[in-house]
Amino acid sequence: MTVSQEALDELALSQAEYEAIVERLGREPNSLELGLFGSLWSEHCGYKHSKPLLGMFDAHNDRLLVATGSENAGVVDIGDGWAVVMKVESHNHPSAIEPYEGAATGVGGIVRDIFAMGARPIALLNSLRFGPLSESRNKYLFEGVVSGISGYGNCIGVPDVGGEVYFSPSYSGNPLVNAMCVGLLKIGDLRRATAGEPGNLLMLVGADTGRDGIHGASGLASRTFEDERELRPTVQVGNPFLEKVLIEACLEVAQSDAVVGIQDLGAAGLASASVECAGNANAGFRIDVSDAPRREAGMEPYEVMLSESQERMLIVVKPGRETEVRQIFDKWDLRSDVIGEVTADGLATILDDGQARGRVPVRLLTDPPLYQGDSSVKPLTGPELDVSSVPLPNYSPSECLSKLLGSQNIASRNWIYRQYDHQVQTNTVIVPGGDAALLRVKGTDKGLAVSTDGNGRYCYLDPFVGGMIAVAEACRNVSCTGALPIALTDCLNFGNPERPEIYAQLEKAIEGMAEASRRFDAPVISGNVSLYNESRGEAIYPTPVVGALGITENVHSHATVGFKREGDLIVLIGRDSLESDGSDLGGSEYLELIHGRVAGRPSIDLDLEVAVQRVCRELVTSGIVNSAHDCSDGGLAVALAESVIAGGLGAEITAPVSGRWDAALFGEGQSRIVVSLSADRLSELRAVCEGEQVPYLVLGTVSGADLVFGDLLSVRVSQLAEVHRNGLVDALD
Amino acid sequence: MEFGVIVFPGTWSDTDCYVAVTDNVGQQARYVWHKDTDLSGLDCLIVPGGFSYGDYLRPGAIARFSPVMPAVQRFAEDGGLVIGICNGFQILCEAGLLPGVLTRNAHLQFRCQWVNLRVESTDSPFTNRCDVGDVLAVPISHGEGNYYADDSTLDSMEENGQIIFRYSEPDGRVTDSANPNGSRRSIAGICNRERNVLGMMPHPERCCDPLVGGEDGLAIFRSILDFTERVSPTAIG
Repeated sequence: MTVSQEALDELALSQAEYEAIVERLGREPNSLELGLFGSLWSEHCGYKHSKPLLGMFDAHNDRLLVATGSENAGVVDIGDGWAVVMKVESHNHPSAIEPYEGAATGVGGIVRDIFAMGARPIALLNSLRFGPLSESRNKYLFEGVVSGISGYGNCIGVPDVGGEVYFSPSYSGNPLVNAMCVGLLKIGDLRRATAGEPGNLLMLVGADTGRDGIHGASGLASRTFEDERELRPTVQVGNPFLEKVLIEACLEVAQSDAVVGIQDLGAAGLASASVECAGNANAGFRIDVSDAPRREAGMEPYEVMLSESQERMLIVVKPGRETEVRQIFDKWDLRSDVIGEVTADGLATILDDGQARGRVPVRLLTDPPLYQGDSSVKPLTGPELDVSSVPLPNYSPSECLSKLLGSQNIASRNWIYRQYDHQVQTNTVIVPGGDAALLRVKGTDKGLAVSTDGNGRYCYLDPFVGGMIAVAEACRNVSCTGALPIALTDCLNFGNPERPEIYAQLEKAIEGMAEASRRFDAPVISGNVSLYNESRGEAIYPTPVVGALGITENVHSHATVGFKREGDLIVLIGRDSLESDGSDLGGSEYLELIHGRVAGRPSIDLDLEVAVQRVCRELVTSGIVNSAHDCSDGGLAVALAESVIAGGLGAEITAPVSGRWDAALFGEGQSRIVVSLSADRLSELRAVCEGEQVPYLVLGTVSGADLVFGDLLSVRVSQLAEVHRNGLVDALD
Repeated sequence: MEFGVIVFPGTWSDTDCYVAVTDNVGQQARYVWHKDTDLSGLDCLIVPGGFSYGDYLRPGAIARFSPVMPAVQRFAEDGGLVIGICNGFQILCEAGLLPGVLTRNAHLQFRCQWVNLRVESTDSPFTNRCDVGDVLAVPISHGEGNYYADDSTLDSMEENGQIIFRYSEPDGRVTDSANPNGSRRSIAGICNRERNVLGMMPHPERCCDPLVGGEDGLAIFRSILDFTERVSPTAIG
């Protein structure tokens, strides 16, 4: 053994893994070769703890165009020759260290995954989690992340149309920054990350390669870290202007038959990009690092291969066609250099000025050891809830509603999304602030609905059910616009998987998500795993973030959250009474905010959920209802408040409440959607609900300037709007 | 008529402008790459929004040196219509085709939101379809839209009727709270003395279709069409 523990730690490799490398290679690797193994066997690139579990995502439908996990992002057929590419990815650890650049380069990375496939990026979403804003460090991280997303996203001309943000002490010190991108392409324009035939040329384009970001994949993303300062140099700095130019140039190049494959350089830089391309083609490659343009002299092959300098792409070009490809990059004033070629020997060969400096079989690099956890261990979960131990609050129902509406988790997100260009490309039909964003597809009548969701508190209380709810809610948001959920992407944010109770959380959550994905016929087409999210020895809430894509064939016929007309009936889909035994207070926002407790077990009936969403889509697309909004955080009362605020109209709720009023108003029972419609269309609604055996309840009418809920509460809409509008702004002051 | 949509590296409203004048206004258009200098056959140039050259140094400061810009200058001097939107406005100011400068928003944040624009002058090729006092709902999307010129410049612009749009309340009142970026005298759009070059921070191309929020931007593009038709009826396609 000639390697020090320190060197292995830097690469997040274990002694056992080192021994496996020696055994498979038949010799000791040199430091360059070890660096390649360290990066490609990292959790971030190799999914060594999560791959065995990800197989549970086995849903398929005939829209799927490439196998999940085989490409940079998943692809689905949306009909008439069009396809959609999408993926969500984390940039949690870089953002914890340097929020502006961490978030900015997170956006840059996910966008490259999309245009690498030949798709034009048409939408960005962000799923964010922070500790409470009362702590100055959290505020700094939050403001930095929002401004990083704004700074990068606005510059590249891709609208930022949605997402969510939640605050909980669980994320103090370990914020989550998940960025999602959606792309659109003609099916025939689809590009793969493949090296193709031996003899093809490897062309590196975009930014020069610097010493930044070395060990990002292994050091930053694949282990826990306590001292953030030592890791600051592993965070890269983004150049969104270069990215914008790269998008245009690569989409132009993708049209050329001189190009065989396109791959972005993300985690583990050139090492991972070249190995993945070669691996996909069962080929080898030879790269001479002296042919790569470098930012400074004296860079070692190790540094060139592992650099995570941003805004770079690897283009695989047919031999002899490099000049025509280069002409396109020249037009955009982008540097492009042939740095190597594809070989038939199956070896990754790294040279420096013609001298071989490392040589290992590609298949060893792409085949990390996989670890299966102990399935008999119970996941870490929160306490159960005895509802009788929760007293009715000292606040009135109106006071509780105001507190919830103004709380950090429910208040208007306008402060955030007004800093994001959400309209560029002129496709945004439903702007941020609703249940899901809706985009038109120009030249067709189609609409694409997109949403992200993921309630970490639910998953902490019950990872299996929480996983199901994450999928159900993301789909429900999409269904509320009238669109049919057809595909999912996910980002699994968890703690250290080497701890059995954390591994069990991951396993249970994936089980729940996979189950719901099958039931919605919405396969998980892409995703990312972010483990080791811990600080001060505490894991974050297990937080699977789900991005859902929905399609509607008639984008003109969609619904939004706000009530539209005085006198419309308000109907709750999914329940036939407001009776509650109080169990739906478990895990609720209300229970945490008003009573300071995180306890209980969320629950969901997937049969009912699927039927409720089907009913909702039918009601929206056939024009029966004038608005639709799901009940989620803060329950029915918050959903109603959001609909009156968005519509600028009051509501009078007359349906009787039995049992605890706090549970009726703020309980977070799933599978509930509030719609409004003209009274003369109630019989049509009844027929649709009965046809699907879905219960419904007439709640009241749209009327006046107040939200009135029986004799429980009566508040001016303008007052609710003010509380809702100012909640987040006040928390930041 | 035919519009020319200029494309710099970093421009991102080029396609939106192209779609607005073709699909929504029904006219011809072609893209003009910033290294090209041939503007022949064009009736109106659009300098679109985006972050040309990443806004490095200052928005528009590098784009103004692009090869196309001398041709744009000649085109304007010959009386051709030029409309600069957002980054295009910034570029036209940097190039000296319009007075003043756009600085960082007073609150230092980027803003993407709907604003109301009161039409201040209809004596322009860009607003001849409007009435003075009309209020147009148009989105903004910028971090550096805070219009600045010194008092004497502003006074002479007012005198010459060069202020075309001001930020206002929905009822047309010009108030500080309706000003989204701190622009002097709530200025959202101006023209040159000759009235054939317009610069505006808001994005009229984003509101030419009710499906994506509104149609008030059509008033501007249709005004251009009407003007061109009067001047040169044969140019109308």
